[in-house]
Amino acid sequence: MMAYLIIMIFSLLCLFPFLLIISGSLTANESIIRDGFHLIPKVFSLEGYEMVFIFPTQLIKAYGVTIFVTVIGTLVGLFLITMAGYVLQRKDFKYRNHLSFFIYFTTLFGGGLVPWYIMLTTYFGLADTYAVLILPGLMTPFLIILMKNFIKSAIPEELFESAKIDGANDFRIYYSIVLKLAMPGIATVGLFLALTYWNDWFMSSLFINDVSMYQLQYYLYNTINTMMFVSQMATGTGVTLGRDIPTESTKMAMAIVVTGPIIFLYPFVQRYFVKGLTIGAVKG
Amino acid sequence: MFKKKGFFYELNKNKIMFLMIAPTLLFFLINSYAPMVGIYYAFTSYDFAGGLFGSPFVGLDNFKFLTQSGILLKLTINTLGYNVVFIILGNAVSIGAAILLSEVRGKLFKKLSQSIMFLPYFVSFVLISVLAFNMFNADSGFVNQLLKSFGLDPVDIYNTPWLWPFLITAFYLWKNLGYSMVIYLASIMGISDEYYEAAKIDGANIFQRIWYITIPMLKSTFIILLLFALGSIMKGQFDLFYQLVGNNGVLFNVTDIVDTYVYRSLKVNFDIGMATAAGLYQSIFGFVMIMTVNYIIKKINDDYALF
Repeated sequence: MMAYLIIMIFSLLCLFPFLLIISGSLTANESIIRDGFHLIPKVFSLEGYEMVFIFPTQLIKAYGVTIFVTVIGTLVGLFLITMAGYVLQRKDFKYRNHLSFFIYFTTLFGGGLVPWYIMLTTYFGLADTYAVLILPGLMTPFLIILMKNFIKSAIPEELFESAKIDGANDFRIYYSIVLKLAMPGIATVGLFLALTYWNDWFMSSLFINDVSMYQLQYYLYNTINTMMFVSQMATGTGVTLGRDIPTESTKMAMAIVVTGPIIFLYPFVQRYFVKGLTIGAVKG
Repeated sequence: MFKKKGFFYELNKNKIMFLMIAPTLLFFLINSYAPMVGIYYAFTSYDFAGGLFGSPFVGLDNFKFLTQSGILLKLTINTLGYNVVFIILGNAVSIGAAILLSEVRGKLFKKLSQSIMFLPYFVSFVLISVLAFNMFNADSGFVNQLLKSFGLDPVDIYNTPWLWPFLITAFYLWKNLGYSMVIYLASIMGISDEYYEAAKIDGANIFQRIWYITIPMLKSTFIILLLFALGSIMKGQFDLFYQLVGNNGVLFNVTDIVDTYVYRSLKVNFDIGMATAAGLYQSIFGFVMIMTVNYIIKKINDDYALF
């Protein structure tokens, strides 16, 4: 009984902040300023959402950028990670340990943020391009190691050998055996990649100046800061600008609109996540 | 080089596999190895016109400044401090939650609560900053409304530094609970029922079963997670800290970690030399740390060593 109770409290704590935002997005702005945020709206209103959808062009554009980056990044990333994982777990590939270390070493030691930033902007000219939103996130050593372990545990080595005897080359083996049999692992790594791309704001903040190229999360971040500025200006100078723009409820509504798809998708996605995580961690 | 079993022999024999891994190697070469050249900035007073080798060389001046001003010490204490707390509390809470959840029999309840606890892991850190603002801001924040309704004085939380270590830790636990709980839950599911049956026959109660069977069986999972965490102990949860605190200077003393300092030096102050120096310090410190930990673990138990 105790277990039920404590788990219930944990769950409520996890859910609670979301409920606050939903409630905030449905409250009239004046009520927020007067009464503050509450769990149940004191004065119900949809003005926040109206405000978000009055000028939807920017928002739609940001959605587009994020969807594009997520899809391309995840597909290309998966392709490269699965190939690398496959090669690195092949026992007859002599340099697999050297190359594994070459990849792993980058988690031990690196140049740091600044040299990396200067390299990408000055020497590769990637500022304000879609490429910079996609390329650096394609792979991480952790995901490659995870994939390597998945393939190792999901596919018996004899399968590779018999395919080789039948005359299949390495890419063929990868393409027609690994991609089919390691599907749970591929789904997991794919979800990791997709989630990272979808929730990314950092790349936009570093490399993108053109507002129409902002990722969704950075667009949210920027809107919130602009709104904050507007409402501070309004209270600071006594100009009634802040009254006309429902800054507080718009912020909350924007957060809901940006987060919505993840919340709706995640009950379905979560299952695969759990499955994949458990294979990787337990057999690791 | 041209021996029968040499590099070129291998290259020829496994052409296709080399081709398959080539993009990955190229990726790490460009994205991770090439920027290491830029470490040189740490020893210059960077000027934008000069570029990599055109900036005046200043030796260890950047490091001297960082040490003497106390910045480096503060960053080290904060970064290590937060990470140690995160590792200890994070593991304790998620092991606890996993054990509790494994004791729960109701299937629907189990699934539902697990899903809810996993939810925070899926949302972005930008949303976290909205959550925090919603709860903590001085005028309309939920916490202050609550305080007011109890007749207490509101607190300007964004101006109260001592609260933030607790708040940041709470948000960290909140966001990561579901993820690490799932890993522990899987290990618990993997424990054979026979152990529990035998213990029951011997008359062990539920607490004894947890203490003498479940917890010892989680050791290897714990060590794997611990090693990964130790490996990045000098790296902070940049997103978390930056989205919660932002450029709020009032809180820097207790919230600034190496990553946020470097980011600010780059984006706000354009302190290229200083930022590179701090980043290099972070890298070397972390590297030495991992090597030491790995060495010690290898001495104790070879199976658990990272490499």
